[in-house]
Amino acid sequence: MSGTERVSMIRERLSNALAPISIDIVDDSHKHAGHPGARAGGGHFNVRVVSAAFEGKSLIERHRLVYAALGDAMRAEIHALSIDAKTPAEAS
Amino acid sequence: MDVMERIKQQVEGNPIVLYMKGTPQMPQCGFSSRAAQALQACGVEFAHVNVLADPEIFENLPRYADWPTFPQLYIGGELVGGCDITLELYQKGELQSMTKAAAQKAKAS
Repeated sequence: MSGTERVSMIRERLSNALAPISIDIVDDSHKHAGHPGARAGGGHFNVRVVSAAFEGKSLIERHRLVYAALGDAMRAEIHALSIDAKTPAEAS
Repeated sequence: MDVMERIKQQVEGNPIVLYMKGTPQMPQCGFSSRAAQALQACGVEFAHVNVLADPEIFENLPRYADWPTFPQLYIGGELVGGCDITLELYQKGELQSMTKAAAQKAKAS
């Protein structure tokens, strides 16, 4: 899967699971070229998600929602993921 | 000893444990490095496990608390989170109080 395909896949899975108001995804894989994880093939991504699904949830619960939405991609296509998960009130 | 039992003993036997790639002195990954730096900035002692030096833990830790990535920070036997959460808690000043409370509790017991 190419970097662009991975970004689309992440966007689609998060959109389906979290009904977000906004999603920003940055593919940072190039910054990690040569790093052992990068050699294994998975990408490095930064995602910023704003969703009402995070209301009343702790940081760890929010991150778990994102990981659950991504499912098996966390093992195969994604080597590292930086997550910024905000509620609409926190993001405004 | 079973690897899950070994992890349980590590997280329950130490007030603060960071599972990371490399060591705080020689981190092998930017995320692990940032998490270790935040903990060091809290001024408390913490245990660390280099997951790159222990393939069994590297393979199985994600199953232990159902968390897919490294680093993983445990305080008082509970998973706190990975690099982003550790840094966010540090920026809010919460990591400092959580680590101090855990260290004091361990000393008292």
